[in-house]
Amino acid sequence: MGLEEKLPSGFLLSTVEQVAGWARRSSVWPATFGLACCAIEMMATGDPRHDFSRWGMERASGSPRQADLMIVAGRVSQKMGPVLRQIYDQMAEPKWVIAMGVCASSGGMFNNYAIVQGVDHIVPVDIYLPGCPPRPEMLLDAILKLHDKIQNTKMGAHRRKEIEELERAKLRALPLLGQSDVPRIEPPRVTQS
Amino acid sequence: MTPCTGKEGLAFFGCDPWWLILGKGVVIFAFLLLSVLMCVWAERRVIGRMQLRPGPNRAGPFGLLQPLADGIKGALKEDIVPRKVDKFIFFLAPVLAATPALISFAIIPLGPVVSIAGHKTPLQLTDLPVAVLLVLAMSSVGVYGVVLAGWASRSPYALLGGLRSSAQVISYEIAMGLSFVAVFLYAGSLSTSQIVSAQAGGGTASFFGLFTFDTPSWNAIVLFPSFVIYVFTMMGESNRIPFDLPEGEGELVAGYHTEYSSLKFLMFYLAEYINMVTLSALATTLFLGGWRAPAPISTVWPGANSGWWPLLWFLGKLVLFIFFFIWLRGSLPRVRYDQLMKLGWKVLMPVSLGWILLVATLRALRNNGADTSAYLVVAGAVVLALLAGSFVWDAIKGPPPSAADEPEPERPAEPEPAGAFPVPPLDAPHYHGSHHGKEVPSGLH
Ligand code: SF4
Repeated sequence: MGLEEKLPSGFLLSTVEQVAGWARRSSVWPATFGLACCAIEMMATGDPRHDFSRWGMERASGSPRQADLMIVAGRVSQKMGPVLRQIYDQMAEPKWVIAMGVCASSGGMFNNYAIVQGVDHIVPVDIYLPGCPPRPEMLLDAILKLHDKIQNTKMGAHRRKEIEELERAKLRALPLLGQSDVPRIEPPRVTQS
Repeated sequence: MTPCTGKEGLAFFGCDPWWLILGKGVVIFAFLLLSVLMCVWAERRVIGRMQLRPGPNRAGPFGLLQPLADGIKGALKEDIVPRKVDKFIFFLAPVLAATPALISFAIIPLGPVVSIAGHKTPLQLTDLPVAVLLVLAMSSVGVYGVVLAGWASRSPYALLGGLRSSAQVISYEIAMGLSFVAVFLYAGSLSTSQIVSAQAGGGTASFFGLFTFDTPSWNAIVLFPSFVIYVFTMMGESNRIPFDLPEGEGELVAGYHTEYSSLKFLMFYLAEYINMVTLSALATTLFLGGWRAPAPISTVWPGANSGWWPLLWFLGKLVLFIFFFIWLRGSLPRVRYDQLMKLGWKVLMPVSLGWILLVATLRALRNNGADTSAYLVVAGAVVLALLAGSFVWDAIKGPPPSAADEPEPERPAEPEPAGAFPVPPLDAPHYHGSHHGKEVPSGLH
């Protein structure tokens, strides 16, 4: 709705964060979207042995407007790229993406002109899940890690502060090996307000 | 001394103090919302068990908080209004879908007269001389929500979903109305409380004066064909499997609510489940004796039909019906659209019309003081004779000609098989376009 983003920072906002995190984590509706062999493993995750309905995920949503999670299960061809991006754009915030399998994560063994070399070229990815194909247990593990992330997502003023801190940490990062002659960027002095 | 003292029948409704009426309204509203939460939970758990998996069990004990989590998440999601939609109607549609669903429940009798804080009052918000028609009217208004949602979304999927849904609901509503007629004839009233009291006890019938026996009192048994038709139309009205074509994911993405997100989508979701509860409650009231205790209990325990106990029987029957809904969803596939329409118009409607004719005839005979049991026996004998006659006819005529006896339809000459592979005829008869206003025959190309 957007109201919750305007709350003042403090106790109220952290409580709302907790409740919203719990609700969002407990009801992640995946968009029905499968691209290649990995999709079969994704479907297998809904079977009686693995059953992601335990976390309320069996309610797959046909319309992207009501979906929360896009599991990119399989390789993304260059032609599929715009389609995938459109579906992602049609999803309502907050939304998450799992790149399932090496193909979606990095292009995998399809190192050629036809396949997008990692779906993070097109949409922001929250969880990279390796494997070819990853077993349903691995997908469940990725989903649980995503739950953890969702639960601890900050909102409103807290989120803005978090972004600022992350930005600062990036600027302060030491150069990698072999780049030591690159002049180090001094972060701007920030005074605590 | 309350204003209700000494009033009888329908006049007994609506003379309560204002706080009591308000209280009843609020309780029914809360009950409906709670029942939606429980329905969603029960549906997902029961279907899970039917498919040999646990179903949602992480949010709260036994996953009981799962629907609540869905609701909070849904409300917190971004509310997307696509740029080209008709904003006013887009907003109006979910309201139009949800509000009538809530209204219908007002006329469902939940129990007999009880005393609340010294006031004697029936456990029912209100009753009208045309109470059952109100339910039909409200479900028709609900269709507007669906159609307008499809129209306002400016999306082909939503439009087709809305059209399908309205066609389906309207055609099933006719059959549903017809299935009620027999109940009205038996109860002599359209008011729900009087239909329940008409099911209080069956009459007695005598078998040619040899012995008398009690006839069953539930309309579900007495008017069994009506009950069956109602159950079919109930499925059609609620847009659920096996008749959930308006939302078929394979064809229409999500049907009429394709473009809806956040709270507006939740309203549709809410309306769907409240409709399911209302239809089940209506079935209980009209066919299963309403709040009256089922036969073995009321026979051994006369107090079962007074005080607050009937609420228990009512809820029990309601839950059974909702379970039936869920059971069907867990076991049936979706039907095709033409099959759906065929069932509605060519089977349900003629059958209910014929059945009404029969019931009305019987009623008229009984009202004239005729001994209907004799007629029933004669009718049974006629039906048996017809069946026997058709059996004998079949036996005399011999088996029907099988397909093998029929002459083969003429086929175009088979081309010579090329090499070792049998190939299908290359120019099978099909449409080749038209030339100078005439269809080009096969084999010219
Ligand atoms: S990662 Fe393997 S299983 Fe998955 S889509 Fe690629 S090739 Fe198929």
